[in-house]
Amino acid sequence: MLTKITRKKIDGELKKFPVDQKQSAIIAALQIIQTENGFLTDDLIALAADYLGMPKIAAMEVATFYNMFELKPAGKYKISVCTNISCALREADDIVCHLQKKLNINFNEVTKDSKFSLKESECMGACGGAPLMTINNHKMYEHLTPQKVDQILEELD
Amino acid sequence: MPNNNSHKASINSDVFPICLRTSNLEDSSSLQTYLSVGGYEQIQRILKEKISPEKLIEEIKISGLRGRGGAGFPTGIKWSFIPNDSAGTKYIVCNSDEGEPGTFKDREIIKKNPHQLIEGMIIAAYIMGAQVGYNYIHGEIWEEYESFEKALAEAKKANFLGKSICGLGFDFELYAFHGYGAYICGEETALIESIEGKKGQPRFKPPFPATYGIYGRPTNVNNTETYATIPWIMQNGGGSFANIGVENSGGTKIFSVSGHVERPGNYEIPMGMPFKTLLELSGGVWKGRKLKAVIPGGPSTPVLPAAEIMKTTLDYDGLKNSGSSVGAGSLIVMDETTCMVSTLKRLSYFFYEESCGQCTPCREGTGWVYRVIKRIVDGKGKPEDIDLLLDVSKKISGRTICALGDAAAVPVLSFIKHFKDEFKYFIKNGKSMMDANS
Repeated sequence: MLTKITRKKIDGELKKFPVDQKQSAIIAALQIIQTENGFLTDDLIALAADYLGMPKIAAMEVATFYNMFELKPAGKYKISVCTNISCALREADDIVCHLQKKLNINFNEVTKDSKFSLKESECMGACGGAPLMTINNHKMYEHLTPQKVDQILEELD
Repeated sequence: MPNNNSHKASINSDVFPICLRTSNLEDSSSLQTYLSVGGYEQIQRILKEKISPEKLIEEIKISGLRGRGGAGFPTGIKWSFIPNDSAGTKYIVCNSDEGEPGTFKDREIIKKNPHQLIEGMIIAAYIMGAQVGYNYIHGEIWEEYESFEKALAEAKKANFLGKSICGLGFDFELYAFHGYGAYICGEETALIESIEGKKGQPRFKPPFPATYGIYGRPTNVNNTETYATIPWIMQNGGGSFANIGVENSGGTKIFSVSGHVERPGNYEIPMGMPFKTLLELSGGVWKGRKLKAVIPGGPSTPVLPAAEIMKTTLDYDGLKNSGSSVGAGSLIVMDETTCMVSTLKRLSYFFYEESCGQCTPCREGTGWVYRVIKRIVDGKGKPEDIDLLLDVSKKISGRTICALGDAAAVPVLSFIKHFKDEFKYFIKNGKSMMDANS
């Protein structure tokens, strides 16, 4: 069952939509659940679907369509690096190489201690701050250099 | 979050801050700051004086404002499509799902001046008789989603949103909605599907959202910058706005400059400014290098070589005459060391990755294009690959439900048109012409 806190947060989102359109809150609901759990399991997706009174398959479609959802265990800190054109022109490749070397993993892998995972991302809509990355989807770091990346990672416990 | 150079740019004396007009003030995003520049006065005036929607639409038509999300459709005309007097719920939606590579202006508006966007949406709701609005915000700019929620709470507390706004009898509720990583949701019918809690797959049109949008109700979708411009037009008149720009391109526009310039950032400038001047404002090409090419409006608009863009003005007609378009105003600047083949590979991967998979020509074609370019970059290209790329791209274009298919073809066709020698060289020598020069 979803925790009381989770349900309360989803209820907050439900206020945005007509009472007979609960499905509108599915992206928010899955986001809330993922933020608490780190990634989404089939069971968690089913719980979200039940809570919103929608077919499980429809919730699964959403979970697999939007690429900020994780369907496999991610690291405690999921690092997503944008490699699209504006970041690529500002040497995002150097950031990617630095991270892969430092963490000893490739894209879509998790470190042995489960602390970090690495993802390649499409445009995040903040190209003036290229190159950039997010950690756990919700915190963005801009104007990256290998040194700055080191500093950011050091500050994470 | 560290500030970027865009802040400095927007207070440059050569620009007219309209959408970003609070950005040089302290605590620029607060309600107090917006009120200090005359914020929320226009909606109160309109409600008090009971100005008719027709009259307001006329003012917007005079302003020459065109949709700032990329299509450039005249806003005044669009807003007259929704019959003001039809019964039942009507919706207005703000499209802040900014995922076109090189575009980051809506984020700046939400971050620096959210209340002007909110007031613009209230005025739009009044004009179109909408009771409910959503601002759909790109999932990756999460901090802006959260700050917009705060701005909404401030506005609601001050009775600028909710029941009987300012006690003047007009009801309007506005909510923030976040995406979670899907470029296609910037397409308005995909965005509507997403708000309904579904995969973001575009709908067939017609019916258009104006008659059949969210939950089948009349819905108007506009870009963030478009809505945020409205309060200024109401305050200063459509004529004042039109006078800032040039013929057919009224007012200011925020241009997002990224890539190889010294000072990437957002620049709100009068329409019709020569590209050359904007390049100077953004510090020129970085590292003292020469300009090679610019994508003027995001990858859905054709790339222009340096010689062409350097004589172009930044407005709808200027860029059209140069063979490209304003798009979302996202200038991606490339210096002389840029390999156009590798750059096209990355763009093609983007369209392949973001195709929603609904239409076969796009789903299969974008992957095919990507694999052929990858083959060239891997040194395994064949002489006939150039024609193959052109052929596949032309067969995607115009054969899909939405414009992503057309957009995917644009970089392929324009990169090969202007830089064919680089593609030929790569195929012949198995390496980039840029590597040969270094």
